[in-house]
Amino acid sequence: MAMENPATSQIPVAGGAATLGSVAKNSESLSATRKKPLEIALFWIFALCAAVTVFTTFGIIAVLVTESAPFFREVSLARFFGEKEWAPLFNPPHYGVLSLICGTFLVAAGAALFSLPMGLLAAIYLSEYASPRARNIMKPVLELLAGVPTVVYGYFALLFITPLLQNGLESMTPTLQRVTGNPNLFPTIEVFNALSASIAIAIMTLPLVASLCEDSLRVVPRALREGAYALGATKMEVSLKVVVPAALSGIMASFILAVSRAVGETMIVALAAGASPKITLNPLESIQTMTGYIVQVSMGDVPHGSIGYQTIFAVGLVLFCITVLMNLASISLVKKYRHKYD
Amino acid sequence: MATAPAPLPDSPSPVPPKYQPLASSSTHLRRRKLASTLFYLLCFGVTLLSFFLLAWIMSGIFKQGIPYLNQQFLTSFPSRFAEQAGIKSALYGSVYVLCVTAVFAIPVGIGAAIFLQEYAGDNRFARFVQVNIANLAGVPSIVYGILGLALFVRALGFERSVLSGGLTLGLLVLPIIIIATQEALRGVPNSLRHGSYALGASKWQTIRRQVLPIAMPGILTGIILSISRAMGETAPLIMMGALTYVAFVPRGLRDGFTTLPIQVFNWTSRPQVEFQAIAAAGIIVLMTVLLSLNALAIFLRYRYNSRL
Repeated sequence: MAMENPATSQIPVAGGAATLGSVAKNSESLSATRKKPLEIALFWIFALCAAVTVFTTFGIIAVLVTESAPFFREVSLARFFGEKEWAPLFNPPHYGVLSLICGTFLVAAGAALFSLPMGLLAAIYLSEYASPRARNIMKPVLELLAGVPTVVYGYFALLFITPLLQNGLESMTPTLQRVTGNPNLFPTIEVFNALSASIAIAIMTLPLVASLCEDSLRVVPRALREGAYALGATKMEVSLKVVVPAALSGIMASFILAVSRAVGETMIVALAAGASPKITLNPLESIQTMTGYIVQVSMGDVPHGSIGYQTIFAVGLVLFCITVLMNLASISLVKKYRHKYD
Repeated sequence: MATAPAPLPDSPSPVPPKYQPLASSSTHLRRRKLASTLFYLLCFGVTLLSFFLLAWIMSGIFKQGIPYLNQQFLTSFPSRFAEQAGIKSALYGSVYVLCVTAVFAIPVGIGAAIFLQEYAGDNRFARFVQVNIANLAGVPSIVYGILGLALFVRALGFERSVLSGGLTLGLLVLPIIIIATQEALRGVPNSLRHGSYALGASKWQTIRRQVLPIAMPGILTGIILSISRAMGETAPLIMMGALTYVAFVPRGLRDGFTTLPIQVFNWTSRPQVEFQAIAAAGIIVLMTVLLSLNALAIFLRYRYNSRL
């Protein structure tokens, strides 16, 4: 189909040449023969550009699989997913990737707990309540904030949120001791902890969630809202029982995207979450995520080609698989949503 | 809301359904209205809170970094001593890397978008490429770092150079440019294409003279956003081993480099308070550039969106 268009545009030229004068015939056929190779070449050049993206995906998969293959020859999958400890550089080494996955999801879940409801509420405000003027100011500001680099949030997590949490916990200690009746209770929050990374990631993904949710809320046809008002519903009932359910697949897609972003987030956890992989649900402890581990090894002096170095490709493969699954879920939800109101 | 109790199936009652007493219904209504107002306040509060959080971050960082932000900071190389350290090599490194990124990603991204939007139509290959691009946009940046490490640094032998870094970031932002360009091309009315064909223009003439000029603001927005994204990226470059002490300005594509976010990360991860303060100064420089770029992009988008 792509090749047809330039061709069809030349058919009348060739056909009309016979009836038109010879001058027209000469110039038209000249330009026709001159154009054709260029058109074909451009088609292939553009196709090649599009193919670059396919090569990128295959490149990522090929690199992750081939580079982690030697690792998986050494360490069985059962050991990789079965062991409880992750200490590939120790002697004896442990390769239990679950503690990294646990750290990743502890941080991501903590972030989601803040950012998803807050983002949705902000989106409801922007889409249902805000005056056009307020929205025209707030939406661009939100989009602007989505462009703050993650290393800035990492700095903020380590140097603002963590001290704040430490001070807060300290001032709460007497109350906690009284409530629990245990005078020896001294809850501590480590300098590197999952919670401050979670909060920073939540602040980072909040504009993303709010902006994407607002987009899907606004696409909901006006007639649905009007119908609900006509039945006597209040504004809250319209928002929560009509508009949000109607936009649910779009909202879910943005939620999944935000969680996938949180899972893949690197700089914040590298700076603030620490480097002690463990299976825990306590957000006050130091943990390590998959991305944090990859950064740690790539910054260290682990010799290339050693099994310790190959672990980053194995962990990268797990990370890639998890995020791809989430992205595909999000993409299919968006598609479903588009069909609904197009 | 006044609800009629459903009549039981076994006793069809001739009595009309009972309505709730008026008084109770009005308190019910009042409660619903109150809930609605509270909900509005909640939404508004959360929105305000999110803006407040961001204002808090900015002001905190500004307070820390402003005292260190002077000409010496901009024109010195990094140093063991915080007072003498600067971001000269990081600024130059960022510019060099971004040039490579732009030269690679802008033409390829626009080309890919033209292919998908103007040539490919709706076949299986195009749909696959489309899903693939949407997925690539969500792949963690550190995974691109792994790809860059294996492909550019090692397999192609570019070492830890400006070229490797720029190409890696180029692959990273390619989906952003493609998606934005496609969006812009989709916004060009088909009547313009048909009119151009009717005048005897070829496909490429139509794209170049009719479609691209109209789509330009949208494409430009995508390009600016992608450059600013590339400028703030840290993880893939660290992955490639760019976190080293660089006290020189790169002279060519094969030279080593450091960038602004890498320098910020480096200083932040040190325990000394002075280094954390100059990290804040670095952040101010980085954010000034990024936020101006993004503001420009958003301004362009809103301006031209409202016109079409």
